[in-house]
Amino acid sequence: MGMTMTQKILAHAAGLQEVHAGDLIEANLDLVLGNDITSPVAIKEMDKFTSDKVFDKDKIALVMDHFIPNKDIKSAEHCKCVREYARKHDITNYFDVGQMGIEHALLPEKGLVVAGDVVIGADSHTCTYGALGAFSTGVGSTDMAAGCVTGKAWFKVPSAIKIVLTGKPSEYVSGKDVILHIIGRIGVDGALYKSMEFTGEGVANLSMDDRFTIANMAIEAGGKNGIFPVDDKAVAYMQEHSTKTWTAYEADEDAQYDEELVVDLSTLRPTVSFPHLPENARTIDEVGDVKIDQAVIGSCTNGRISDLRAAARVLEGRRVAKDVRCIVIPATQKVYLQALEEGLLKIFIEAGAVVSTPTCGPCLGGYMGILASGERCISTTNRNFVGRMGAVDSEVYLASPAVAAASAVAGKIVSPESL
Amino acid sequence: MKLEGTVFKYGDNVDTDVIIPARYLNSSDPKELAAHCMEDIDKDFTTKVKSGDIIVAAKNFGCGSSREHAPIAIKASGVSIVIAETFARIFYRNSINIGLPIMECPEAAREIKSGDQVEVDLDSGIVTDVTQGKSWKGQAFPPFMQNIISAGGLIPYINSKD
Ligand code: SF4
Repeated sequence: MGMTMTQKILAHAAGLQEVHAGDLIEANLDLVLGNDITSPVAIKEMDKFTSDKVFDKDKIALVMDHFIPNKDIKSAEHCKCVREYARKHDITNYFDVGQMGIEHALLPEKGLVVAGDVVIGADSHTCTYGALGAFSTGVGSTDMAAGCVTGKAWFKVPSAIKIVLTGKPSEYVSGKDVILHIIGRIGVDGALYKSMEFTGEGVANLSMDDRFTIANMAIEAGGKNGIFPVDDKAVAYMQEHSTKTWTAYEADEDAQYDEELVVDLSTLRPTVSFPHLPENARTIDEVGDVKIDQAVIGSCTNGRISDLRAAARVLEGRRVAKDVRCIVIPATQKVYLQALEEGLLKIFIEAGAVVSTPTCGPCLGGYMGILASGERCISTTNRNFVGRMGAVDSEVYLASPAVAAASAVAGKIVSPESL
Repeated sequence: MKLEGTVFKYGDNVDTDVIIPARYLNSSDPKELAAHCMEDIDKDFTTKVKSGDIIVAAKNFGCGSSREHAPIAIKASGVSIVIAETFARIFYRNSINIGLPIMECPEAAREIKSGDQVEVDLDSGIVTDVTQGKSWKGQAFPPFMQNIISAGGLIPYINSKD
């Protein structure tokens, strides 16, 4: 019986000829990731091991990004704990203030993940690297601890949903609209325990940044991972960013899928997910009159350079509405610098937006843009759960950078086409 | 092992942000986390929950972030088991790894009501609603996961193999 792309990667990492959905396997890891929230818990767990050595100091990435630069004493203590651990074990890929970026934008940019890799991260959006043809999935701190010490993790081999992309998206339709549309169709548990394997001629019409955004949100459909084929664009990306050797795996012709979903990219419209679940997706034409208090453009979903360019294109020569706070957060230092050099930061500031150093900040209701009771935010982030960005009765609407920027200008949720 | 307690019942897609909001994630102390467990969905939970009590929910319990703080907060508030129709995968994994019993049992999850007295026999997987006088059979863990749980979590399991 044929294997899916994910199954092939897992079989190889477990040293097996073949695996089947449901098999419990132990796989060798190419990278283990943790951040400033999950790593301290993992480090505490590591003390319980009989050996406290790390399996490979080059294959652990520790990224301080959630509450960085530290928002209070407690988060400062957490970072200190991770910093000391990184020093003690001489961790090569430790990223603190000045070098850090939001982990899922940072790791591919630094070339730390390539096609064929098996990656676990103590952060649910670790699935982002599937855009490069890697198997990557989010786990908890105990898994991270075990991964750092043993270099292995246990997995239940997932079955898969095949998502066939066709056609070419229109001007204001981005990766974000594609994934919000898909989650709207299959629901927040539509891919529970499964891989989402993207395929079809439409893939070629998506930029790498679009693919990162799509794979990033596989978890919002309950998926174990999201994965893209390794094509010329993926190869070009890896050549530009990484010196690691990569392996492209392809699904077998006779691979089994639980379900097949066809998405014609040419028919999609800018899409907005209403509170309080990503599955509450509506096209921009169905939104109605939704006034906003804040717009956030950033995060591991949409804080890359093409996202900032899309927002800047809309904001150039325009002003953020009087009653709206617009917060722009480049995802990494490199993106920040690039936005500076391209003149994007000037556009944002002249439009009346604020620009912050890279941080997760408002995405998880941490700091830098918390919502008061009853307030509404349009956000390019990935979750709009109850209380996600602040007060329990505040609301988050998920959208692309272009729609968020246009909405900041209009003071209500609108399409950039309507400005 | 037999577990017994009063039920707190919730619906679909109870996410990790309501189980333990990110504003409290600057702590990793189980007691501190437990003090805010479920507060955005049920503000009475922390004052009412007693040791042994049971959470019953519908589909996709624990969806959202990978924060292990979520099962830790639930365990530290005294909850003995979570029963649901389905669990989100990272929450499922984390619960096994930290030793919080969980069970998928769709019928029980649908029929049990808030406030019911429920007994769970972990070995047989039988869930009994004492208040309603009904019982159901939940899904037992595969042997591999049972080994992790009986070792007391992933790390003691790995240590025991060395
Ligand atoms: S930007 Fe948001 S979703 Fe992404 S890693 Fe940070 S907190 Fe998580």
